[in-house]
Amino acid sequence: MYLARVTGRLVATHKYEGLEGVPLQLIQPLDEHGNAMGAQLVACAAVSSGPGDLVHFVDGREAALACPKSFVPVDAAIIGFVEQAVANGVRLGGSR
Amino acid sequence: MFLADVVGTVVSPVQIRALDGRKLLIVRPVKPDGTPTAKTRIAVDTVQAGVGDRVLVLDEGNGGRQILGDPKAPVKTLVVGVVDYVEGAQGLAYDARARSSRP
Repeated sequence: MYLARVTGRLVATHKYEGLEGVPLQLIQPLDEHGNAMGAQLVACAAVSSGPGDLVHFVDGREAALACPKSFVPVDAAIIGFVEQAVANGVRLGGSR
Repeated sequence: MFLADVVGTVVSPVQIRALDGRKLLIVRPVKPDGTPTAKTRIAVDTVQAGVGDRVLVLDEGNGGRQILGDPKAPVKTLVVGVVDYVEGAQGLAYDARARSSRP
């Protein structure tokens, strides 16, 4: 799992069946200093989160397991809303 | 599995059920001498590890689901051991006792 900041929401009406009703969000993975790490991703949200929130997400096959209908073609899924993350004694960005 | 340093913690009040009651640790994959080797990530603690510990991390889903006892748990990164020492060809490459007090 990785820490990430939700940067936006995304709607795609035409998509693979199994993905209906699955909220899609733009996320920016973060490193242990809270800085951007790698490219932004689109993740399905298994818990309610919105732009600006700090979340943690899982990638790979596990992402498909997190979505309502498992084994949908998804490779990133937000599985937790992060209230507080502290690394190296520093609190990483709060929810706003 | 890989070696990692526990560098932080995550408090996540709203999570998928599979993670209920589980402690989340921020782990930095490292070589025995402590140099980082891969992306820092979040792992589910199963051995009461704490910040400053050098730990053993499992990074594979089937093992994770086995540990959590939940065939559908979308979890693959778990702390499964706290390392006492690592011995290399040239003697101790890491020794938990030699560490100063916890940072």
